[in-house]
Amino acid sequence: MLRYIGRRVLHLIPVLLGMTFVVFLIIRAIPGDPAQVILGQQATEEATKALREKLGLDQPWYIQYFDYLKGLLTGDLGESLRTRQPISTEVWPYLAATIELAVFAMIIAVIIGMNAGIISAWFQNSWFDYTAMVIALIGVSMPIFWLGLMEQWAFSLELKWLPTSGREEVRDPVQAITHFYLIDTVIQGRVDQFWVAIKHLILPGVALATIPMAIIARMTRSSMLEVLRSDYIRTARAKGQRMGKVVYKHALKNALIPIITIIGLQTGLLLGGAILTETIFSWPGIGRYIYEAIGYRDYTVIQSGILIVAFMFVMINLVVDILYSAIDSRIKYN
Amino acid sequence: MKKSKLWSIGLFLLLALSVLLAACSSEEGTTEEPTGTSEETTDETTTEEAEETVPQTLVFGRGGDSVSLDPAIVTDGESFKVTENIFETLLNFGDQDTTIHPGLAEEWEVSEDGLTYTFHLQEGVKFHDGTDFNAEAVVKNVERWKAGNEEQFYYYHSMFKAEGKDIIANVEAVDDVTVVFTLSRPQAPFIKNIAMSAFGIASPTAFESAGEAFGDNPVGTGPFKFVDWKRNDSITVAKNEEYWQEGLPKLDTIIFRAIPDNSARLNALMTGEIDLADGINPSDSQTVESNADLQLIERPSMNVGYLGLTNTRPPFDNKLVRQAVNYAIDKQAIVDAFYQGRAEVAVNPMPSSISGYNDEITGYEYNPEKAKELLAEAGYDGSEIELWAMPVPRPYMPEGQKVAEAIQKNLSDVGIPSKIVTFEWATYLEKAKNGEADAFLLGWTGDNGDADNFIYTLLDKDTIGSNNYAYYSNDEVHELLIAAQSEIDEDKRIDLYKQAQEIIHDDAPWVPLAHSIPLLAAKKGVAGYLPHPTGSESLINVSME
Repeated sequence: MLRYIGRRVLHLIPVLLGMTFVVFLIIRAIPGDPAQVILGQQATEEATKALREKLGLDQPWYIQYFDYLKGLLTGDLGESLRTRQPISTEVWPYLAATIELAVFAMIIAVIIGMNAGIISAWFQNSWFDYTAMVIALIGVSMPIFWLGLMEQWAFSLELKWLPTSGREEVRDPVQAITHFYLIDTVIQGRVDQFWVAIKHLILPGVALATIPMAIIARMTRSSMLEVLRSDYIRTARAKGQRMGKVVYKHALKNALIPIITIIGLQTGLLLGGAILTETIFSWPGIGRYIYEAIGYRDYTVIQSGILIVAFMFVMINLVVDILYSAIDSRIKYN
Repeated sequence: MKKSKLWSIGLFLLLALSVLLAACSSEEGTTEEPTGTSEETTDETTTEEAEETVPQTLVFGRGGDSVSLDPAIVTDGESFKVTENIFETLLNFGDQDTTIHPGLAEEWEVSEDGLTYTFHLQEGVKFHDGTDFNAEAVVKNVERWKAGNEEQFYYYHSMFKAEGKDIIANVEAVDDVTVVFTLSRPQAPFIKNIAMSAFGIASPTAFESAGEAFGDNPVGTGPFKFVDWKRNDSITVAKNEEYWQEGLPKLDTIIFRAIPDNSARLNALMTGEIDLADGINPSDSQTVESNADLQLIERPSMNVGYLGLTNTRPPFDNKLVRQAVNYAIDKQAIVDAFYQGRAEVAVNPMPSSISGYNDEITGYEYNPEKAKELLAEAGYDGSEIELWAMPVPRPYMPEGQKVAEAIQKNLSDVGIPSKIVTFEWATYLEKAKNGEADAFLLGWTGDNGDADNFIYTLLDKDTIGSNNYAYYSNDEVHELLIAAQSEIDEDKRIDLYKQAQEIIHDDAPWVPLAHSIPLLAAKKGVAGYLPHPTGSESLINVSME
C-alpha cells in the first residue's frame, strides 16, 4: 500500500511540471498589457514602459518561465503585481474560504445525492425515482447565477431566514486564525458566531452543491442498478436478508467505485470553478481572486492561483486513487 | 477492517447530517436576532428613546475591494472611498462640488505670478500614531511623492510633472504651521489638484518605517482610524477619538464591504446586512423608491459617456462622416431607455457643472435625413463598421450592450451597417488604446472638476496612446489647451476652453452621449450622507438615526 502511494506521488512530478508550463503559456497568449492595466486608464506611455521593465515583462518568455520555476521550488509564488504582496501569504484566506465552502457543499451533495440515487435504484420506476431524476436533470442544467438570486429572494428577502452574502456578520466580525471560520469560532468558543457562519454557508453551499448533487444522484442510481441486478444480490435476498441491508451494505460497496470517481472530480471542480457562486454571494474565495486577477492582468496571481487549484485537483485525484484500492482490494498497482 | 471502514463512513455521514439538521433547526432562534433587534431599536428611538441607542455603525456595500490604502499609490475609486476617511488633504472639495475649502490648511495665499503658494496649517492636529502633523510632515510627504517614479506615485506624476519636470520645484517649512510651495511654472488648477484624494497627508514616521507595507497599515490624520482588512471581503475603520474637529465624526465604525454583483448588493441592503449600497442599476431605482425602508440617493454627475470614433480609421477619418453619425444617433432616446432618464444628454466632452463649459454650443440634433445627406457628400461607400460595446457596467454607461444595440439601429437607419463586438474589459481598453476600434463606447469620471481633466486628458494630441482613444489630433485645440494650463486669469482661461470646445464640436471626434447621475441607496436611518461627484467622499458627517 505504501509503495503504491509512493509511486503515485512520483508520477505527479511530470504532471505538475507540465501544468506549470501550460499555465504559463496560456497566460502569455491573452492579449492585453499588464503594465497598462495595472496603471489604469490614466497612465502614460513612459510609466507603462518603466513598469514592464520592473516586472521583467520585457524579458524573453523562457527566462520569465525559469525564474518562475526557480521561485516555486523555494516556495515563492511571486508577488501580486497589483497589491505588491507576496502571493503565498495573500492567497491563504481566499483558499480557506473556498475550501470551507466547497467541503460544506460536497457534504450536502454527497448526502442528498447518494441517498437519492440509492433509493431511486432501489425503487426503480417508482414515483420517487421519476421525481428524483427529473429534479436531478433540472439540477444539472440549472444556471447558478439565477439559482443564487432566487435563493436570496426566497430565503433572505421573503422568509428572512438566512443572510444574502458574505461569510460573517460584519458588525460582529470573526477573528481569523486559521481562516476556516467554522474552526476559528469553535477555537474561540464563540458558539453564536459558529451558527452565524453556518447560516452564511447554507445558501452558497446549496447553490454550489446543486450540480454535483444531481450528477452524483444520477451516477449512483445507474451504478446501483447494475449491481442490484447481479447474482449475489439475488442470493442475499434469497437468504432472507432485509432489502435495506442488502442495498446499503452489499450493493453500495460494489457500486462505490464510479461514485467516488465522480465525487472526486466534482470536488476538484468546486474548488476552482466556484466563481459564479462566489460572485453572487460575495464569498471572498479563490475563484474570485483569480477572476479579478485576470481583469487586472495580474499574471503572477493568475499563474499561481491556477497552479494552486490544479495542484488541489491532482491531490484529490491521488486521494481517489488510494480510496479505490482501499475499497476494492482487487485494484492494485502494477 | 472492512467493517470498521464502513462504520466510520456511516458515522461521518451521520455526523454531517446532524450538523446540517442542527443548523436548520437553530435558524429560527438565532437569525432573527441581529436584524430583528436592530429594527426594533430603530423604531423605539424614533418614538421615545434618545438617539444614542442606535448603534453608530455603517456598513457600506460597494462593487469591489480596495487595491491599497496608501492614497499616494492607488488610482482606483474603491481605494479612495476608504482613504478619504483615514487621510485628509491640505484643501478640501465642497461637500458635493469641486469648489475649494480649507482642510488641513486653514488659509492659503497665492503670489501674483502664480508661482508661490503659502499654506497656513491647522494647529494641534495629530496623526493616528500620536505624532504631530506640522509643516515638516507636509514637506516629507511631498518629498516622498517626488522621490518615487511614475509607476509608484501615478497621480503625483500626472498632476505635478510636465515633460519629466517637477511643477512643484520646492517645498519649504517656514515654521511649524506654515509651508510654502514654489512652482516652476504657473499651474491654473494647482489648488484643485492638491485637494485630490491622492494627496492625503500621511504620517512620515509610519510610511518611513512601513515602506511598501504602508498601504496595509495606513496612518493619517482623518476622522477614522484603520482597524482591519479582510481582502475581497471587508475593511473596517473606527472613530478617531482624538480627531481635531469638535464633535466629529458621528459614526463609531464604518465597514466597507465588497459585494460584486449589483442585484446581490441591493438584496443585501433590503435584508439589512448593509446600510448603504453603491452602484444601483438605474433599472432598480423603482424598486428602491417603492420600498418604505429605503432612500434613493443621487451622486452629482461629473462624468461623460461617449461613442468614440477613431479619427485615423476609415470611414471616420472623414469629418463629414463623424458629423453624420452625430446626427444619426438619438441620444435622448438612449438616455430615456437605458439611464431611466437619470442622465443629461451630452453636448460637449465635459458636464455643464465644470467651469469653462461652453453653453452656447447646441448639440447635434437627431436628424437622420441630414445624416444621410452628409454621408452622401462624404462619399461614404456603405462598408460595414465594427461597433464596440463595453463588457462591464460603469456609472457613465450602465448597459453598454443595449446602448450599442440602439446605436446599431440608428446607424443602419442612415445606411451605415455595423457589427457589434466586445472583448473582456482589459483587452477592450488595450485594443481601443491601440486604435483598433472603428467606433467604441467608453466614458470618463472626472478627478478634480477641472476642464483640463476632461478636455486635455481625453482629446489632446499629447494624450493619444493614453486617454485619447479616439486618436483626435488638432493643433489649434492643442495650443489652446496648453495655454489654458498655465493661464491664471480665470476669465481668460474659461475663454480658452470655450474656444477649444467649439472646434471640437465641429470636428466631432466623438458622439457625446450622456452625463449620468450615478445612483446609491441607503436605509432610511442613514443621515448626512452626501456623495461627492468624484466618486469618493469622507463620511465624517454621516450618522445613523
